[in-house]
Amino acid sequence: MPSRARPLSPHVGIYRWQIGNSLSILHRATGVLLAVGLLALGYWLVSLAGGEQSYAAAVRLFASPVGVLFLMGWSFSFLYHLLNGVRHLFWDVGRGFERAERHASGWLVFLGSITLTLCLWGLIWAEHHS
Amino acid sequence: MSLRSPLGQVTGLGSAKDGTGDWWSQRVTAVALVPLTLWFLFSLLTLPGLDYITVRTWLSFPMSAFLAALLVVVLTYHSYLGTTVVIEDYVHSHGTKLFSLLLLRFLYVLVGGASIFAILRVAFGS
Repeated sequence: MPSRARPLSPHVGIYRWQIGNSLSILHRATGVLLAVGLLALGYWLVSLAGGEQSYAAAVRLFASPVGVLFLMGWSFSFLYHLLNGVRHLFWDVGRGFERAERHASGWLVFLGSITLTLCLWGLIWAEHHS
Repeated sequence: MSLRSPLGQVTGLGSAKDGTGDWWSQRVTAVALVPLTLWFLFSLLTLPGLDYITVRTWLSFPMSAFLAALLVVVLTYHSYLGTTVVIEDYVHSHGTKLFSLLLLRFLYVLVGGASIFAILRVAFGS
């Protein structure tokens, strides 16, 4: 028996958090969150087909504080996944791989999705209070 | 004994031919989802309200129902491909992986099917 633990090959735990891997993990996390959002979209559509009462129940749920929090999370997830997805498509055709380009597009996507989320909810707030 | 040449075997089975099917579908659906999701978002934002009558009237227009059905199909497929990869990456036990992948597939068909059926009910007014 070996007297001490054998060395293991490196796994995710050893990597330093940087813009590149953080945004990559965020792409996955937002994708999983949006998959849950698909259930909510399905529920919303089924409630609409079900009639006025079931639709009213769904709207009450989505308009509750927890519901709004989820909608905010889904909207940010959608906007981030959309922008970063386009970034991935550029990589797929072989563009934007240089270090400076990767960093610039990464920050653009991250800050852009936060800005767009704030704009979206600003718009919703303004319409709600007009 | 096979009479196929080594080159013939390779060109028929190479990973660039069959192995990238899911990867490619993920990209094709991603491209399709850019206009479809933005159409959905802008449609909801430009409606005068999100009350029952307004939303139901909007979704019963043929073009809205058609695009909404397309959105649900493409979105469900794209999401299915994505979450499948996540399970394949992080679930290591063979049995649990098989079970969760099957469960996922059933769930997606169920949710996607229910959503399409709901859109058709609104569109055809039943």
